[in-house]
Amino acid sequence: MKRRTFVKQLAMSAAVAAIGFGSGSLYAQGKTIKVGVLHSLSGTMAISETVLKDVTLMAIEQINAKGGVLGMKLEPVVVDPASNWPLFAEKARQLLTQDKVAVTFGCWTSVSRKSVLPVFEELNGLLFYPVQYEGEELSKNVFYTGAAPNQQAIPAVEYLMSKEGGGAKRWVLLGTDYVYPRTTNKILRAFLKAKGVADKDIDEKYTPFGHSDYQTIVADVKKFAAGGKTAVVSTINGDSNVPFYKELGNQGLKATDVPVVAFSVGEEELRGVDTKPLVGHLAAWNYFMSQKNPTNDAWKKEWAAYAKKMKLAGADKPLTNDPMEAAWIGIHMWKQAVEKAKSTDVDKVIAAMGGQTFKAPSGITSTMDAKNHHLHKAVFIGEVQANGQFNVVWQTKGPVKAAPWSPFIAGNDKKKDEPDGKTIITK
Amino acid sequence: MRILLAGLSWWIASSALALDAGTVNRLGFGDGDEKIAAIAALVAEGDPAAAALLQAAADGELQTSGKRVFIVKGEEALDAATGARVAPLPEDREDVIFNNRVRRELGGAVAALRLISPDRAARLAAARELTGNADEAMLPLIKKALERETDASVKQLLELTQATLELRTGSKESRIGAIRTLGLSTNPNTKMLLLAILEKSKDGSFSEPDEDLRIEAQKSLRELEARLAWGERAGVLFTSVSLGSVLLLAALGLAITYGLMGVINMAHGELIMVGAYTTYVVQNLFKRTEFFDWYPLAAVPASFLAAALVGMALERLVIRWLYGRPLETLLATWGISLMLIQTVRTIFGAANVQVENPAFMSGGIELFTGVVMPWSRICIIAFAALVLFLMYFLLTKTRLGLFVRGVTQNRAMASCVGVPTARVDTWAFGLGSGIAGLAGCALSQIDNVGPNLGQNYIVDSFMVVVLGGVGQLAGTVYAALGLGFANKLLEAWQGAVLAKIAVLVFIIFFIQKRPQGMFALKGRAQDA
Repeated sequence: MKRRTFVKQLAMSAAVAAIGFGSGSLYAQGKTIKVGVLHSLSGTMAISETVLKDVTLMAIEQINAKGGVLGMKLEPVVVDPASNWPLFAEKARQLLTQDKVAVTFGCWTSVSRKSVLPVFEELNGLLFYPVQYEGEELSKNVFYTGAAPNQQAIPAVEYLMSKEGGGAKRWVLLGTDYVYPRTTNKILRAFLKAKGVADKDIDEKYTPFGHSDYQTIVADVKKFAAGGKTAVVSTINGDSNVPFYKELGNQGLKATDVPVVAFSVGEEELRGVDTKPLVGHLAAWNYFMSQKNPTNDAWKKEWAAYAKKMKLAGADKPLTNDPMEAAWIGIHMWKQAVEKAKSTDVDKVIAAMGGQTFKAPSGITSTMDAKNHHLHKAVFIGEVQANGQFNVVWQTKGPVKAAPWSPFIAGNDKKKDEPDGKTIITK
Repeated sequence: MRILLAGLSWWIASSALALDAGTVNRLGFGDGDEKIAAIAALVAEGDPAAAALLQAAADGELQTSGKRVFIVKGEEALDAATGARVAPLPEDREDVIFNNRVRRELGGAVAALRLISPDRAARLAAARELTGNADEAMLPLIKKALERETDASVKQLLELTQATLELRTGSKESRIGAIRTLGLSTNPNTKMLLLAILEKSKDGSFSEPDEDLRIEAQKSLRELEARLAWGERAGVLFTSVSLGSVLLLAALGLAITYGLMGVINMAHGELIMVGAYTTYVVQNLFKRTEFFDWYPLAAVPASFLAAALVGMALERLVIRWLYGRPLETLLATWGISLMLIQTVRTIFGAANVQVENPAFMSGGIELFTGVVMPWSRICIIAFAALVLFLMYFLLTKTRLGLFVRGVTQNRAMASCVGVPTARVDTWAFGLGSGIAGLAGCALSQIDNVGPNLGQNYIVDSFMVVVLGGVGQLAGTVYAALGLGFANKLLEAWQGAVLAKIAVLVFIIFFIQKRPQGMFALKGRAQDA
């Protein structure tokens, strides 16, 4: 086991050094603002994170084309932490101390965010985190542009409980074994219990990162489903989703019998999976590519053109998804805040971030909460279609304010809805 | 003839279409409840026009524009209510969206209407669809179908469906009959129905007041559970063999390079990866042709050759100079594994690449109701058996096999009797590497193909070879299947994370007790 990590680290650091060096030397040392991009470009999370790097670079290119920020061009510094959590912290430190970036856009898994958090707090950096997560954290140095549990997980489960969603009575909580699925499932279990679901009707299951043999799990779900109307809540992350969905399709577990709602599966993860047997399985997000509105249409067109120009992998079938939208919102809000503060100084930008608005591709105007560093977001639930896209079958009336401290975890009612000068973190 | 027939059916469909406009509009524009009511109304009408509309809805051919609902087939469209042909097609059409709940009703409705089809296969499929999916509105249709049904298997399924529907209503005798019929089912969903009869409400009283019925239900439930338990055991057996075959494939090549030749080959995983990437390349070559489903036929030899060539080059250039120096071999092959990973990353990129399964490898066959064996897994089990057989044949029945065994058992003696030992080493190493490539080809069908693919299998491969006993082909087979069973049984009991840990702990203890593995070579050969 040890050898494996060591091999990985060695290989990755070589790769990363090459990439970091390449992009650093591209730009002259003129009047630029350095911006860090910290996403895994290799390893198990690369399937999800690579496009976030690309969409951030596209935003930077567009901003530069329109004259940059405060009259200065943005200069991206791309590093590859290679799905290796300790390496995330190392790379973050490098970005902050050596490259002296004004802001960093990055991370997907919560374990990577937890890994870099102390670094950003110690060096007073600024991180924009674009992915839905489990809450239970509020740092003055981080802006969370993805969903908190009440903006994704809870509405999804409520939908599946409703008559329209199939009226599920039994629940399989299935996830990858790390902090996000564990915490989300803790919240969901408390929520389900509050709704009167008994412990015997909840089955919690975890698999390691990169797990690829889902035969037993799918068979177990089938068996569990024989005891009553069942729904599966999947917090499986990374490339394990491909074998998981393949197995679902092969074993003929149909959405009309046992719907699977996923919180980390979007258009990008389903690329290359035959979705015909998966029609009707669900995902809960704050954005779907299939949404029809002028902002989204324009954004999709820009992305397709950019992917083609940069010859990105998958440019023949350009896809957008929720974390990409969140990353897009994040970088634009940061730009607006810098312009409002007239400085890239971290404390001034943080002060200027509260109340920023941005017309998001999801069709709503996203607002950064005045206090709690989270976005107000609308929640959509979509069903997979045969073409790999999602059809929105349910949505909230309007934007929902994020509750990073879930009321379903004991003791959270006493916590403040805004970060102190220093972070409050519970385990 | 076929064109004529198609034209005829189109004509019949279009001329017969004349449905209640209100129902059609509810299906096209209503919310969930209204759509379901519309479907029920269409089923009740039961005529060919309604069936055609429901079928079109199930196939996703319904579109709306303004206040009209269309059935759109390719370039042609019909007005869903009147059956009139629509031309030109309106531009602003939108798909009618059905969610899971509506789709479920729709599936049941289409199946119920198909019960009167003259084609036996269609009736059987419809009856099967209905077993878990019927509602009371369909009871008259099912009864009618049962009366005229002649086929035994369709009849059995329909009786089961009828039993589930009559469970709630009907007289005591018919309900007891229904419960008994349910006891004969193999469908896990029927368990739910029986459980509902036995359910206790909150104040401790039974929801079903009649005790006779409850006793009957208890009996049926026990029968059903016994039958389902067998299905479950068969399922565990299958998944264990399947995991065992994956482990076996991954380890077979190593059984030659490490087991027979004694080379600690840390690049073994990367040879698997080379095979997987070769499959990817071959798949891409076939992508634009109509023979896509046949690409494995080309990918199998190609991945064998690619990995074998890499392996032979490796042996010639590096390992040859390090025979008898295990530590240096270990370091050198490890370095090579890093180089191979980096090379692949430079050529194909760091992200995973997609290897699509050929059509015949998706889906599965249903052994019992609820126990499905996916074709991809079946193919891999068969493939592993085939590779094992070929390897056995090669090692025991051919001249090369004889040489390999001779050289590995006593190099000096083999050399004395004229065996070209150096060349045999290269061939043997190439063979082991090629088999690793075959493993990569198979794994690409079920796992993600990325530069790190090999890293995920190298530990497992060494585990299998060491556990089985170094130098023993049979040991490798037993160890792979044994680990497959241990892993799957533990996983069913304790979850995937703990199963993995438990298996590792078990191996540590086993190796301490029996350092030579399950099977040890006996006699002088051991020291050679």
